[in-house]
Amino acid sequence: MDSAGSRDMIFDCIVVGAGVVGAAIARELSGCSHQGRALNVALVEAREDVGDATSKANTAILHTGFDATPGTMESRLVRRGYHLLLNYALDAGIPVERTGALLVAWTEDERLTLPLLQDKAVSNGYLETSIVNAQEVYARVPSLGPGVLGGLVVPDEFIICPWTTPLAFAHDAIARGAHLHLNTAVTGAKVGPDETVLQTSAGPLRTRWLINAAGLGSDILDSSLGHDRFHLHPRRGQLIVFDKLARSLVDVIVLPVPSKVGKGVLISPTVFGNVMLGPTAEDLTDRSDTATTDEGLAFLRDKGAKILPALLHEEVTAMYAGLRAASDQSDVTVEVNADQRYVVAGGIRSTGLTASMAIAEQVRSLIDANLPLTDRTDLPPTVRMPNIGENELRPFQDESLIAADSAYGEIVCFCERVTRGEIRDALQSHLPARDLDGLRRRTRAQMGRCQGFFCGAEIQAMMDGVE
Amino acid sequence: MTDSVDVVVVGAGPAGLRAATDLARDHNVLLLERESQAGGIPRHSHHLGYGLRDLGRVMSGPSYARALVDRALAAGVQIRTSAMVTGWAGSHSLHVTSPTGRDRVHARAVLLATGARERPRPARWIAGDRPAGVMTTGQLQQAVYLRHQSVGSTAVILGSELVSWSAVLTLREAGCRPIAMVTTAARPEAYALMGWAGRVAFRLPVLCDTSVVSINGHNRVSGITVRRGGRETTIACDTVITTGDWVPDHELARSRGIGIDASSRAPIADTSLRLTDDGVFGAGNLLHPVDTADVCALDGAHAAGSIRRWLAGDSRNAQAVELRAGEGFAWVAPGRWRPEDAPARDRLLLWPTTVHTFPNIVVRQAGRVISRARVPWPAAPGRMFRLPSSRMAHVRMDDGPVEISLG
Repeated sequence: MDSAGSRDMIFDCIVVGAGVVGAAIARELSGCSHQGRALNVALVEAREDVGDATSKANTAILHTGFDATPGTMESRLVRRGYHLLLNYALDAGIPVERTGALLVAWTEDERLTLPLLQDKAVSNGYLETSIVNAQEVYARVPSLGPGVLGGLVVPDEFIICPWTTPLAFAHDAIARGAHLHLNTAVTGAKVGPDETVLQTSAGPLRTRWLINAAGLGSDILDSSLGHDRFHLHPRRGQLIVFDKLARSLVDVIVLPVPSKVGKGVLISPTVFGNVMLGPTAEDLTDRSDTATTDEGLAFLRDKGAKILPALLHEEVTAMYAGLRAASDQSDVTVEVNADQRYVVAGGIRSTGLTASMAIAEQVRSLIDANLPLTDRTDLPPTVRMPNIGENELRPFQDESLIAADSAYGEIVCFCERVTRGEIRDALQSHLPARDLDGLRRRTRAQMGRCQGFFCGAEIQAMMDGVE
Repeated sequence: MTDSVDVVVVGAGPAGLRAATDLARDHNVLLLERESQAGGIPRHSHHLGYGLRDLGRVMSGPSYARALVDRALAAGVQIRTSAMVTGWAGSHSLHVTSPTGRDRVHARAVLLATGARERPRPARWIAGDRPAGVMTTGQLQQAVYLRHQSVGSTAVILGSELVSWSAVLTLREAGCRPIAMVTTAARPEAYALMGWAGRVAFRLPVLCDTSVVSINGHNRVSGITVRRGGRETTIACDTVITTGDWVPDHELARSRGIGIDASSRAPIADTSLRLTDDGVFGAGNLLHPVDTADVCALDGAHAAGSIRRWLAGDSRNAQAVELRAGEGFAWVAPGRWRPEDAPARDRLLLWPTTVHTFPNIVVRQAGRVISRARVPWPAAPGRMFRLPSSRMAHVRMDDGPVEISLG
């Protein structure tokens, strides 16, 4: 956490951006030592929480990478990241569920594309896909709308909790001694012969190595260091989350057949037991415009009504928009400038969640070539995150936990079955929730169908410390 | 731990409390409430108007809730609060989580009285930013009356049902100035009564035929953009209250496959308040979102009578006729007519979609009009329309569905 004296300290590494990628990098580097001494790492974030920008609003899928462009760095990082994150998730208690995915072809063109996608998957080293006919598609998802012509089954796609993941990385990094600076916006960087001075909204910070994982701001920071290698613009993705009562309609990720303009609109179960519809793909210029729009919602409504008509009869529990970093480069940019002791990890797209740990590994190896790094032997155990997924026992269902602490038997948020004990824990952890959104991402409180009709005032009182 | 009781009632609002009180005279009744106190919505609804039809006097919400709880306790009802039913453990068994543990409750009969909630912002498909300062009337009332939290300085109210005016009163109480009420209702005169009351009592403009384009603001609400007649305007405010547009809390019913009305989303009940599964009953605003608290309580009394007969061995599965909402109404409750069982208060409840000052109500079965007459009270969206069940006198058991419409 923030500590007095950070300003006088010279860090070995400062990671800018506490999204899922930056948090993974901070975790990785804080697990390294150089010449027998643990690296002194800081993670610097402009917002007031970890994973509070692009990372919080993605489609929450752990991708096999079957449809990446073969031969790209992205393809390699996704494939590697898939295995790393899956193992880590099981260790750290990040909710994951192996639902598999089903690409559905609705036109003859799309149907003819399926074998090409299968070939692509093979080029990406993924051999498990199978092409199925319309009848088999309906057998898997009986509620799909009329007009299905065929499908491609991708059995190893998982759904994952997009919020627990960066929080787990950050918790681990903190446990390993990393310093977390929230509400600290980087405004400039001056590279000197031995150290780099970062100008921030909270004063200067000094470091030997600078790692740019600033997401949608990464090209700006990159250019302030004198580079001109990638340019980003925000691509807005609006998403609609449907009530848990919709979950029985679909237990597999229903993907569209990708086209030139992007991956299109998907329908996916979530680890919280909801069903998600989206995203849109709108190229914007304003890097802060996370508003949903009537047009975007109408577009998704039309798509949803075609793909899974019954879905539209269910209540909506959330609508939001995320801004993905769309790069003018066809691949991700993960590069080192050794003379500046600088690494950039930018232009990371929707695969950033899956690839996060592989990107961190890559960043480490780029630094390692200049500053030999070894694994620390004195690492604390991996953090165990509170379970907020439906696939494992939740506190309200856990007899022995309630017997040990009755606060886990007192359900405060009825819709999501979040107990007083969980909310208390989230407000008191090493990385506590600072506002309602932070609390939602840690516990699911007030994320459900009533949106606070029953529990809003009580949760506010708990956050205010008034009981 | 497993509890065995004659009747388990889920939800200690007016309907559940009254049913449990009546049944406790001669049965072992367990009343489960997930909130920390029994009483339901009236607990945080501080205006007058409660208790008229069931207790014969006019009370405030909290006094009314207390009176119902006191009666239940005096009758011997076992009330467990902070006890939430999380699912079915069997056809008449429930999983319950409470601070004392994770229990199973088995009963001979189950009464669902879980009430209704207002649709929150996302369920209304309102676009825009996601700032703090947007809430339902339910949350507003709890914040103001139970928690004494501050809610903002200027508010726009979405919706113009009865509850919307309750939101206005609550905002005033909290020192937050309501500046406009926004409703999509197409005909301004639809809300003549309420609009008039608003203008006189509150000097509050009611914008009819107006839809919400977006809610704006990054951290806190900065305003709301609305569209009327193709023209968009932005009203500056720091609070938006989404009122009414009720949806039943039907999760328990749906999770076991009980029949649901496509329009109200309420479990389908017959005139004796039996749901589509044997031994499972419903009462209150779970079945008709929403009517007043006293009507819900009388529902509870009606359900208690049916449950008592069920427990006494009356398991006849008599034929029921489907009731359907026709022109002018969104739904009718109960949705099944059984001539041997009059509905609660001898009334059918209908949710109007259009306004008529003296509506002509037509009841048809198999293409034949079996009743047609005007009633001397209005039908208007946002208020329950109650129709005497004597209109059903000529329903024939084997002629198929009965449709009730505005003529």
